[in-house]
Parts: sequence; C-alpha cells; structure tokens
Amino acid sequence: MNSTEDQLKSLAEMRDLMNRSSRFLSLSGLSGICAGVFALIGAAMAFKYLYFIDDDLYAGADVPIRFYTFFFVDAGSVLLLSLLAGWYFSNKRAKKAGVPFWDATALRMLTNLFIPLAAGGLFCLALLYHGDIWMIAPATLIFYGLALLNASKYTVNDIRYLGICQIILGLIACIFIAHGLIFWALGFGVMHIIYGTVLYYKYERGK
Amino acid sequence: MANEYLLKFNKAFENRVRLGVMSILMVNDSVEFVRLKELLQVTDGNLASHLSALEKEGYLAVIKQFINRKPQTSYAVTAPGKKAFNEHLNSLENLLKTRKK
Repeated sequence: MNSTEDQLKSLAEMRDLMNRSSRFLSLSGLSGICAGVFALIGAAMAFKYLYFIDDDLYAGADVPIRFYTFFFVDAGSVLLLSLLAGWYFSNKRAKKAGVPFWDATALRMLTNLFIPLAAGGLFCLALLYHGDIWMIAPATLIFYGLALLNASKYTVNDIRYLGICQIILGLIACIFIAHGLIFWALGFGVMHIIYGTVLYYKYERGK
Repeated sequence: MANEYLLKFNKAFENRVRLGVMSILMVNDSVEFVRLKELLQVTDGNLASHLSALEKEGYLAVIKQFINRKPQTSYAVTAPGKKAFNEHLNSLENLLKTRKK
C-alpha cells in the first residue's frame, strides 16, 4: 500500500478480474460481419422469391406451401451459418488469447441470449400458424433485440446498443409492414456488419 | 491528510490475491475453487490460505456440495463482505483523489 501508481495498477487489475470472471469476452467482431453478410444474401434471395417469382402472394390466394418451405430453408440456413461463423471466429480468438472458449461465462451468455430468442422463435411459428406472415420480420427483430439486450450483461457491453437498435428497427417495421424484408435486411444484415466492424477495430485489430 | 484515509483501509484486503477474490465474487453469484485458481493464477495452498482468512472475517460463505459424487467447493461473498469491500474501494478512491491535488 504505497504509491498512487501501485493503487491504480491494483484497481486496473481488479476491474480486469471482474470483467474476465463474469463476461464472455471472446466474442469476435468477424463473426458479426459474417452473420451480416449471410443475412443480406438470405434477404436478397427472399426478396427475389417474394417480389419477382411469386405473384400468387399478391393475388389474394392462400399462401402456397412452397412459400413455407422456402422460408424455413432460407432463414434456417442464415441462422445455422451465422452460428457456425460465431463459433469459428470466437473460438479462434479465444485460442489466440490463450483462454478457454467454453466456460461458465460462455454458458451464461448463451443461456441468457437463447431464452428470449427461443420465445421469439416460437412466437413467430405461432404467427405463421395463424397466417400473419407480415408480422414475422418485425417480430424477429424485436425479439432478437431483446435477446441481445439480455445477453449484453454477460459479454461485451457494446452489444447492448446493437440490441436497442434492433428493437427500434423492429418497432418501425411494425408500422411499415409491407417493407418488412428491407427492415430485416437492415437489422440482421447492415447492423451486424457495422457492429462487427466496430467490435473488430475496438478489441481485436493489432491486439 | 493521506494518513487519515489509510486508517480506513481494511487490513483484510491488503493483498493482491484477496482483492482479486473479492473482485471476482462481487460480480458472480458463486465461484468454484478451481475457477478462482485459474483466474488468479495462484497455487492451491496460497489461494486456500487467503480464502480461509477472508472466511474468518465473515466476508465469504463457503458452499460445499457433491457433483457427480465428487466434492466441489464454491465461494460467495456475504453481505458484510460486500459492505467492507465497498468501504475499502471508497477509501481507495478518496486517497487517490487527495493525492491528485
């Protein structure tokens, strides 16, 4: 207990321990960028399908079954590829930093992310069941935003603002319901790429 | 006077490992012995002696349980422990403030 420098050093060490012990810090910005790119590709394919190929949707007829198949394959592949990218880049980052990738913080972050996310997924299935397909895009954005907000307490704090942005986009999308896909592409595509880039430059590049 | 603030420093925290243990437990509900060791990079014996010192002060609660028939010891901070640690941080803050002037 002597000089000011010593005290400051021990304070910095304490802060570091608090962060490392309670937050999952291996989250890589590159995985955000990848998820954004996959989402944009998925949205572009959906856009092509909905607006150029499928005139039946506007003819007032019942939604054809192939729409559901396409929707599941498209959204499912985006989700799966994004999760794979997230795992790959975060694992790589953890290895580089010499810390375990899978530990109590990772589990806690994922649990808190997936509770609201799973609720949102089931809610969207219910919307699909009742045929309210136009509310699905806003609902995915809102629930994803809430999930990020919840998970942000257990990982890098920046994710909190990404969550808030997704919620706002989702709420706006609720009003402009015909442009759901554009908001979806903005939220899951563009926002992910912006945030991934910010995270990458802030925490990873040159470190 | 800097010495005035020094008097308020808690002797129980005058160690890097003890400060580390308290920092970790302040932000986690409970933490296993092995995880503490891993985060603080200290030996079993060293960690155990500091933990028992903090426990004697009444700052730590020890949770012993069996997971898959293996004993597992976890630690959590008690209400007096939280209070003492916060007071320690406050006096540290005050000290740094006066030295800056």
